[in-house]
Amino acid sequence: MAQQGLRLIAMRIALFITCVNDTFFPQTGRATVALLERLGHTVLFPEQQTCCGQIHANSGYRPEALELARGLVATFEDCQADAIVCPSGSCAAMITHEYPSLAQQADDVGLMSAVDALVPRVFELSQFLVDELALEDVGAYFPHRVTYHPSCHSLRLLNVGDRPLKLLRAVRGIDLVELPRATTCCGFGGTFATKNSEVSSAMLADKLSNIASTEATVCTATDNSCLLHIGGGLSRDGARARPVHLAEILASTDGRQEVS
Amino acid sequence: MKDSPTFAQAAHEHLTNKQMRQNVGHAMATIRLRREIATAELPDWELLRDQGQRIKTDAIVNLADHLESLERSVIAAGGLVHWARTAEEANSIVASIIKAEGGQDVVKVKSMTTEEIGLNDALAAEGIVAHETDLAELIVQLAGDQSSHLLVPAIHLNRTEIRDIFREHLPGNADLSDTPEDLAEAARKYLRSRFLSAEIAVSGANFAVAETGTVCVVESEGNGRMCTTLPRVLITVMGIEKVLPRFEDLAVMLQLLPRSSTGERMNPYTSLWTGVREGDGPKVFHLVLLDAGRSLTIADPVGRQALHCIRCSACVNVCPVYEQTGGHAYNSAYAGPIGAILTPQLSGMTEGTSLPWASTLCGACYDACPVKINIPSVLIHLRSRIISERAPGGATRSEQLAMRGLSKILANPSRYEAAQRAFYLGTWPLSKDGLVERGLPGPMRAWTASRDLISPASQSFRSWWRGREARR
Repeated sequence: MAQQGLRLIAMRIALFITCVNDTFFPQTGRATVALLERLGHTVLFPEQQTCCGQIHANSGYRPEALELARGLVATFEDCQADAIVCPSGSCAAMITHEYPSLAQQADDVGLMSAVDALVPRVFELSQFLVDELALEDVGAYFPHRVTYHPSCHSLRLLNVGDRPLKLLRAVRGIDLVELPRATTCCGFGGTFATKNSEVSSAMLADKLSNIASTEATVCTATDNSCLLHIGGGLSRDGARARPVHLAEILASTDGRQEVS
Repeated sequence: MKDSPTFAQAAHEHLTNKQMRQNVGHAMATIRLRREIATAELPDWELLRDQGQRIKTDAIVNLADHLESLERSVIAAGGLVHWARTAEEANSIVASIIKAEGGQDVVKVKSMTTEEIGLNDALAAEGIVAHETDLAELIVQLAGDQSSHLLVPAIHLNRTEIRDIFREHLPGNADLSDTPEDLAEAARKYLRSRFLSAEIAVSGANFAVAETGTVCVVESEGNGRMCTTLPRVLITVMGIEKVLPRFEDLAVMLQLLPRSSTGERMNPYTSLWTGVREGDGPKVFHLVLLDAGRSLTIADPVGRQALHCIRCSACVNVCPVYEQTGGHAYNSAYAGPIGAILTPQLSGMTEGTSLPWASTLCGACYDACPVKINIPSVLIHLRSRIISERAPGGATRSEQLAMRGLSKILANPSRYEAAQRAFYLGTWPLSKDGLVERGLPGPMRAWTASRDLISPASQSFRSWWRGREARR
């Protein structure tokens, strides 16, 4: 397998799975592990991790979010890892963008310095592959018609830009098609999907019709929370496309998703 | 307004208005594209945004000094300055000026601030008629409707609907066509007589320069120029946050505003005036400085950046939520993302408190804002304030209990894993083919109304990991 710029030194990578992936999408976690190990790195999973607190922080429950942030920071500052990789842009952004202000507002000097030390080591998966490992071709094979939905937080908080697309373009056998109005939100927005359920559904309907127009059989993203929403709509509509996380495409070497 | 519906309730009604949604969607697509082109052609756009942010930050942080300086400059240039703590005070100041001048009607330049304080209705109660002269404001006023967009008040209407409004309300237009030329001509004829007979005009202000006392109004149709030059008396009502420290700050703002707003390099009419001048323009100039919740907003170090807004509407035009509901669902003079952070703050958390939740936090507004107001972070901050201050409209008691309970579970790894298992077992009887069937309680029912919900996995990732480690 010819891979460009493969890092010669094996890294110790701690996986931050996220509560949504852990509970609903364990296959994304398995794929992330398989991919990183295939690239020659060691993966660890600090088992004390639970939830980053994004649901609470974004819904207006800051004290509760702070408590969860303390737990996650403690879990990852103890693990001896070169990098912390997360197959979710939204949860990675919670750490890199929200934790510093949570710690500051709590006026907790200890937490502030722990967060400062943690943030530079936290990466969303596509960022990690392209920027840290200097890879675009990860040796994947996925012969399907795929369209890519850039999740809002990956796009606008982490500025992942076209990194996921670079990785997808290098996948063998893939038929990658551009999604019209790709950068428009799918309408998930955490509790927005239930508190403003009708508006959320109207936004989703637009996203679904754009996906349908691509005739893709797979809609991928860097975030399973968006895919939980988009997938829920695709399934309700009986649409031809199904949701598949980017990690599962990149982990695939035989054209199928599941790896163990 | 306190009993006004929440955003979700109002949106329910507006989402069924297919014509409105089509009109709004079409207009937004056009204006978004124009803005993208107009901002992309400037190599220093990002630097301009940074500079705009710095200017507005300085203006707000040192607001008291700048306002006193503005007052001195306006008086030195022959103008009169009034201070209004509330909307009511501002309305009554304007009404008494008009009465003292012997006026019974006024012409108006398009102004969000006078809309915010309900000036037209307040004047009507005093027997004074306010004539809107901006084309879209005129349409909305004739129809007895409300503005639904900062920049394009009649964005919810199409030209056939506008033709019908003109046919009904503008004399001599029973056979009017719906071509843009004919519609504009009908409005022009009607407005021309108003301009020529008006004795008193009321305007808002886009900017006012502290060091010179210069007021600036930016517009596209020339109606503003007519109003600020022809009548004998000019009354400007401006929110105190519109002050700019230096005249040279306009060099930045007048690049940022039109490109972000109408997607033009320069708007057609930029009117600047400094007090009064013999033989040129109004003989009397009154500047009414309005607080109405601005000082209260400044007290919040995170929320105060909402006052940096220059009312360009770029955030509205990129907002995927606004695109679905239109502006009326916000029940506020200020719709869209900026309205969601301004309205609750200006009202001291008594109005529009459901608006901070009317966002997916997608961040498109922050990217578009010419003065880099971090709208998503202010939205999150206001959600947190509304809940911790127990302001109405935020979250139900049961939601708060559920969220606090959930955080206790998530904070502890063993409780988390037990709950995860319980969640799987609890939904297992309701699941079929990997989906939780419809008919779930509470917020889950809102989800499954239009979307399937996948079942939690039979084996969590962490359980799989432990098994794999054990096998090694």
